[in-house]
Amino acid sequence: MRISVQREPFDLGAEADSFAQGATDMGAVVTFTGVVRDAPGGGLHAMEIEHYPGMTEKAIRAIAEEAQARWSLGDVLVIHRHGSLVPGERIMMVATAAPHRKDAFEAAEYLMDYLKSRAPFWKKEIGEGEAGWVAAKDEDEAALDRW
Amino acid sequence: MEVLYFAWVRERIGLPRETVETRAETVLQLIDELRSREARYEAAFADLNALRVALDQELSDFDATLSGVREVAFFPPMTGG
Repeated sequence: MRISVQREPFDLGAEADSFAQGATDMGAVVTFTGVVRDAPGGGLHAMEIEHYPGMTEKAIRAIAEEAQARWSLGDVLVIHRHGSLVPGERIMMVATAAPHRKDAFEAAEYLMDYLKSRAPFWKKEIGEGEAGWVAAKDEDEAALDRW
Repeated sequence: MEVLYFAWVRERIGLPRETVETRAETVLQLIDELRSREARYEAAFADLNALRVALDQELSDFDATLSGVREVAFFPPMTGG
C-alpha cells in the first residue's frame, strides 16, 4: 500500500505502469483519476486544496485498510494533491489490484466515496474576482450508505 | 491544548491554530468558551451542523470528552477526491 499526499504533480502513466508490476496473481488493475473541472462556461482560475497534515495520511490509510479487509485485494495506491491547481490538472488517483475485476472496481469506488467525505481535504474555487469554499453535497454523504 | 481550524473556520477566526488554556471537559464546553471570547468565534461556531470536529486527528462528536486530548480541530464537512 502506498499513500502520498503531495503538492507536486504526479506522472499518471509512470504510476499506472509500475503499480502492482510483477504481481502475477493479480488479474485486474483499476485506476481512477480525478481532474480539476472548470466551472460551467469557464471562469475557474484555480482550485485551492487545503488539508490537515498528519490526519490526512492516517485517514486515507484507514480507508485503504478497510478496503483491503472488505475485498480480495492486492496492492492499493492513493495519491492526493494539495495546493493551487488549475482546470485540467490531475488532483488525485487511486489504483487497486485484485485477482478479479469486480473486487478491483468495487474497492476503487469505495475508496473514492470515502476519500470524498472522510479524508480531511477542503476545496476553494477561485474565480474572476470571487472565491468560495466548495460545500459538501448530501449525495456524497449518502453514497457512503451503500457500503 | 492545541486547537486547529481549517477552511472557512480558519478564515472566520483568522488563525490556523492556537494554544488554548481550558478546563472544558467536553468539545461542547470548549466551543462555548471560545464563542464567549469574541464575535469572530461566535461567527465561526454559530451553526454546529456545518462543522465537524477531530480529536487527536480522529473524527469525533461534539459531546465527546476532552480527557487526555492534546489536539482539537474544527472544520467544515470534507470535500476530498
